[in-house]
Amino acid sequence: MNRSTETLVRARGLRREYGRGESLIRAVDDVDLDVATGETVAVMGPSGCGKSTLLHLIGGLDRLTGGELWLADRRVDRLSERALAELRCRQIGFVFQAFQLMDELTAQENVELPALLAGQSPRRARRRALELLERVGLEDRARHLPAELSGGQRQRVAIARSLANDPPLVLADEPTGNLDSTATLEVLRLFQALHETGLTLVVVTHDERIAATADRLISMRDGVFVDETRLTGGTGGSLADFVGLRGE
Amino acid sequence: MQQEVVLAMLAKEPSQGYQLRARLDQALGPLGEGINAGQIYVTLGRLEKAGFVAREGAATEEADRKAYVLTSAGQERVTEWLNEVSWPRPDLAEFHLKLVAAAQAGLGDPIAIVDAQRRELLRRLREVQRAAMDEPNGSDAGLLLEGIVLRLQADLRWLEACERTWTDRRRNR
Repeated sequence: MNRSTETLVRARGLRREYGRGESLIRAVDDVDLDVATGETVAVMGPSGCGKSTLLHLIGGLDRLTGGELWLADRRVDRLSERALAELRCRQIGFVFQAFQLMDELTAQENVELPALLAGQSPRRARRRALELLERVGLEDRARHLPAELSGGQRQRVAIARSLANDPPLVLADEPTGNLDSTATLEVLRLFQALHETGLTLVVVTHDERIAATADRLISMRDGVFVDETRLTGGTGGSLADFVGLRGE
Repeated sequence: MQQEVVLAMLAKEPSQGYQLRARLDQALGPLGEGINAGQIYVTLGRLEKAGFVAREGAATEEADRKAYVLTSAGQERVTEWLNEVSWPRPDLAEFHLKLVAAAQAGLGDPIAIVDAQRRELLRRLREVQRAAMDEPNGSDAGLLLEGIVLRLQADLRWLEACERTWTDRRRNR
């Protein structure tokens, strides 16, 4: 998508270390990253490669050991805890592998929550929640508790919740990790629809299916980026060609 | 197009070529786009010669308006085909040997070869995944596309293992 070339996320020399001395671990080791507005970026790599830590750093869920981070031209790595919490609430949506819904709240209440925390009136928060549930195809499940929903439906509620405050950026950590193939397809369709509305999406994943549908794929090993691929642009052949259905 | 596929599509009821085409389209979705009607008629002609199908109806009718029907030999062949255990062989040995040869002869970088292959498979996966996303849940074509997605995922995982191994070998050299 070349809707805009504006940079939404800019990271320079991003570092996160744990421990010290002999046991020092560089989970994220001097990473530079630019994510353009409207872009979908997938970060892939084996467990422990630092991809989740990277996502947490970008989302302000974890503090940098070193480096600089900007979100929409605002330097965010030096913000106070309070300002950071505010930023997370309004500017960033989060989607997690285990959904992280509140079990005792209905789907609708879960989706309302971030808007209420951001100071919206209950009425507006409710209206917005219903809109979002409709958008993810779950308007008829608004009053259900998470336990009454399938995994795929729960993840769609979580995606609706991530959009409650209209954030420009959504960060997703293994969003299809707990889903079967049908539910994965639904999440991918939803991401595609969000992509078309101009949302910026960064996904860390093991799932090649997500990686393949992103605009850009970054491979990460031992805390560093080792490869970057743009997947836009076609293959040599048509679908029928590369599954061996065509002629003889 | 394998002859048995056309034969089996005919097993439901006597049909004209375009009806077989429609059945294939239904089952294959976007993957059926590569099949042209001509191929189906050529195959039907061969099957007729082999005695597996016959044409119904009066001899005065136009040839391409006539329905094809399975003969008893055709029926038998379909049953046999359905019970055959065959599976497409993934040809990984060729690619594997390519990496070995490149490394042994110093002709190329195995890791670069793996990377190029990985990109191509990711692009294919992207196209297949897009096609799968366009299918309604539970469609015949969607199920086939899922199978193709899973195979591509398996191939990509193997390429990852190749990359890991060749990277380690280079480090330890």
